[in-house]
Amino acid sequence: MNEDMVILIAEDDAGHFQLIKKNLWLACVNNEILQFKDGQQILDFLFQAGNGMDLDETKQYIVLLDVRMPKVDGLDVLRRIKGDEKLRQIPVIMLTTTGESSMIEQCYELGCSYYMVKPVDYHNFMQAVQNLGKFLSLEGMRLPSIDQNGN
Amino acid sequence: MKKDGVVLIAEHNEEHFDTMKDNLLRAGVRNQILRFSDGRQALDCLFKISAQPASQRASQQYVLFVDVDLPDVGGVEVLEKIKADDRLSKIPVIVLTAVDDPHTIDRCYDLGCSTYIVKPAKKEDFAEIIQNIGSFLSVVETTSIK
Repeated sequence: MNEDMVILIAEDDAGHFQLIKKNLWLACVNNEILQFKDGQQILDFLFQAGNGMDLDETKQYIVLLDVRMPKVDGLDVLRRIKGDEKLRQIPVIMLTTTGESSMIEQCYELGCSYYMVKPVDYHNFMQAVQNLGKFLSLEGMRLPSIDQNGN
Repeated sequence: MKKDGVVLIAEHNEEHFDTMKDNLLRAGVRNQILRFSDGRQALDCLFKISAQPASQRASQQYVLFVDVDLPDVGGVEVLEKIKADDRLSKIPVIVLTAVDDPHTIDRCYDLGCSTYIVKPAKKEDFAEIIQNIGSFLSVVETTSIK
């Protein structure tokens, strides 16, 4: 388990967020989790704009992104992250109800790490998130450092 | 991953490859698995796939595991070449290696690997890690390289 890993979850559906958080926890993910209720909020955090919390460059981040979100959608958030010289190393996992193949293709083209479709069935949803959680908490998991200039 | 998706594994160590194959299967991965024993083989095969007309490809969807230490062409170079190709760049690449240094890790993420995982020393731990990766891959959607 990488203790410095912070999981950023952009998810506008409160119920889905709770379900994701709970099942990551059930998969023994004890890392800090931050919730963002729309695409603009997570962009403000990552680009250190607005009055929100700030990105801590000593930490390592992984992003879980919903596609359909108010204000700025997940696709635009992904595009902004992957278009930024410093942030583009951050792994982004799409976690969404949208399963259209054109959307999946677009996200991989933009550089997402993985694309997961939220199963409609409650039990399958829980299982899928737990599989993700076990993967994220693998002992050997390594993440990039954001602070490129510091080393 | 779709049923006809193919898991590509660039792994020099035969024992590691066998452990990977067995434990992906144990995790329910029923996809075809193809091994490359060096980086040159991996690149040759992948670029052949990329150049083929879509109708002639055995599959359109792939996931690639790559070790850093590979003979001929190293894993980092394999990753670099794949991510520079329009079609192949959409393949999720998992770097799975004994190499554990921040420079290589940052470099691989910079080139666009999906995940960097360090192999554990113990065989049982390696088997368990592979099963976890396999279970995760079974809930991941990949895309056609068309």
